[in-house]
Amino acid sequence: MKRPVATILLHVGLVVGSAAALAPLVWMISASVMPTGEANTFPPRFLPSSPTLVHYRELFTRLDLGRAFGSSLLVASAITLVSLLLNSMAGYAFAKLRFPGRNRLFGGLLTAMIIPTPIAMLPLFLLLRSLGLVNSYAGVVLPAAATILGVFLVRQFALGIPDDLIQSARLDGAGELTIYRKIVLPLLRPVLTTLGIVTFLATWNDFIWPLIVLTDERRYTLPVALASLVGEHALDTELMMAGSVLTVMPVLLLFLVLQRQYIEGIMLGGVKE
Amino acid sequence: MPARRPLSNEARAAAIFLAPGLLVIGLFFLVPIAASLFLSLTDFDIYALGDLGNARFVGLRNFTRLATDPLLWISLRNTFYFVLVGGPLTLGIALAAALVLHSKLVRWKGVFRTVFFAPYVTTLVAVAIVFRYLYHPRFGGLNRFLGFFGVAPIDWLGDPHWAMPAIIILAVWKNFGYAMILFIAGLQAIPESLYEAARLDGAGAGQVFRKITLPMLAPTFLFLGIMTTIGYFQFFAEPYVMTGGGGPLNATLSTGLLMYKHGFRWWNMGYAAAIAVVLFLVILAFTVIQFRIEKRRSA
Repeated sequence: MKRPVATILLHVGLVVGSAAALAPLVWMISASVMPTGEANTFPPRFLPSSPTLVHYRELFTRLDLGRAFGSSLLVASAITLVSLLLNSMAGYAFAKLRFPGRNRLFGGLLTAMIIPTPIAMLPLFLLLRSLGLVNSYAGVVLPAAATILGVFLVRQFALGIPDDLIQSARLDGAGELTIYRKIVLPLLRPVLTTLGIVTFLATWNDFIWPLIVLTDERRYTLPVALASLVGEHALDTELMMAGSVLTVMPVLLLFLVLQRQYIEGIMLGGVKE
Repeated sequence: MPARRPLSNEARAAAIFLAPGLLVIGLFFLVPIAASLFLSLTDFDIYALGDLGNARFVGLRNFTRLATDPLLWISLRNTFYFVLVGGPLTLGIALAAALVLHSKLVRWKGVFRTVFFAPYVTTLVAVAIVFRYLYHPRFGGLNRFLGFFGVAPIDWLGDPHWAMPAIIILAVWKNFGYAMILFIAGLQAIPESLYEAARLDGAGAGQVFRKITLPMLAPTFLFLGIMTTIGYFQFFAEPYVMTGGGGPLNATLSTGLLMYKHGFRWWNMGYAAAIAVVLFLVILAFTVIQFRIEKRRSA
């Protein structure tokens, strides 16, 4: 081995760093199966004396967090599917269809991309209110149904589709919609997969907008339900940790399974033009 | 009268493909942004929520009121604290981790990369609640751990001096993995020949880092700097969940949280829109400054 001292030091650093990165998550899981009160003892315990699932049972029965789980799943899936459809259509049009003002329109969108979303929130709320969409899932899904970043990423990828492919389909008499469905969509699959994963995770984790729009606790998504729960049950540490596990685990597992595509996805977002 | 050129089939198809997406982006993003500016010039409040006729145009009064609102200044100070300490800390740790993981001496790179990245994909609200318990002065794991090194217990979230550092630690823990991934990609893009040439010229490790690695990473730094500042300037969920909405003694009251409280808790939407505009201008200024610095450096 070359330079053994440096090698050992680097690995020690990595192991310490890994422990710091994982400890909060491991403790979350561990505390979620501790008997009631055990997470509030002195000195603090890291592992449960006798693991129990009683807090998970309480979450799903008395606190009805299964419903919030369903809300989160519904909202995140709907936003993912709808935004993939709209972003892919618009991204394809910007990349491959010629129309007057294309570059100016696209440039305008890119400029608007750097505007942070909170500035839009107050009027957006009033708009949704006048449409009767406050406290509905549609109120959470619609504003996220298309994103400038998504359109941009699809467009960058679609630029690589050979024009000949589209032209020859046209000569064969295929309609534009057929071309999009039969030729373009299959070719866009890699970028749509990565974009889909990133979108799903981001919307599952989203907090502020569902918090504003969903006023009825029966429609709360998991993060909103959790934030409201911690107000009433702050002292039930083990229960709150079970709720956190329920919220974090689906996305963490999804990430572990689809890691390669997910990291590709966030790298796409990090590629500058 | 000049005849209008009929749109080609392709242009008509483009219109159909673009319409749904642009409608959503326009109606739910661009229009609200413009409306925000207008809203900030009105006294829109809970009465206007009942009847629009109750909203009046008040010119810049919201902004003059803001200028003397101590809570705005406190929130801005807190937000700058979070951005200016948390941002560089996040990027610094991310760069250190990336350099180590890029080193030829290290094994199991994929495993470490996954572990460091995992916090980034977790749900902020959930891990903020986890940290809230880890920060407990008596029962929390962090003080227990620090106790092994003889550090006296800290009331992390209850002491105005420690609450912001506590929130920054959470933000760094959660976000450095993302920046690390982009730094690793940036490091991999640096051609090996540059390093070899430098070594042949007899450059030391420190010189190579300053003269080759850092300049070659400049685009990554610019991108991450802008993304991190934009994201951190909006921080909201951490104080919402961890410190009961900005405590103790407003030590963690962020400008985003102040906007939320005025807008959606007290329904002072005109005033809240003015806060949103101020926050937007601050973010814009920081973005422009970072572009300028990068331009001057590369010029």
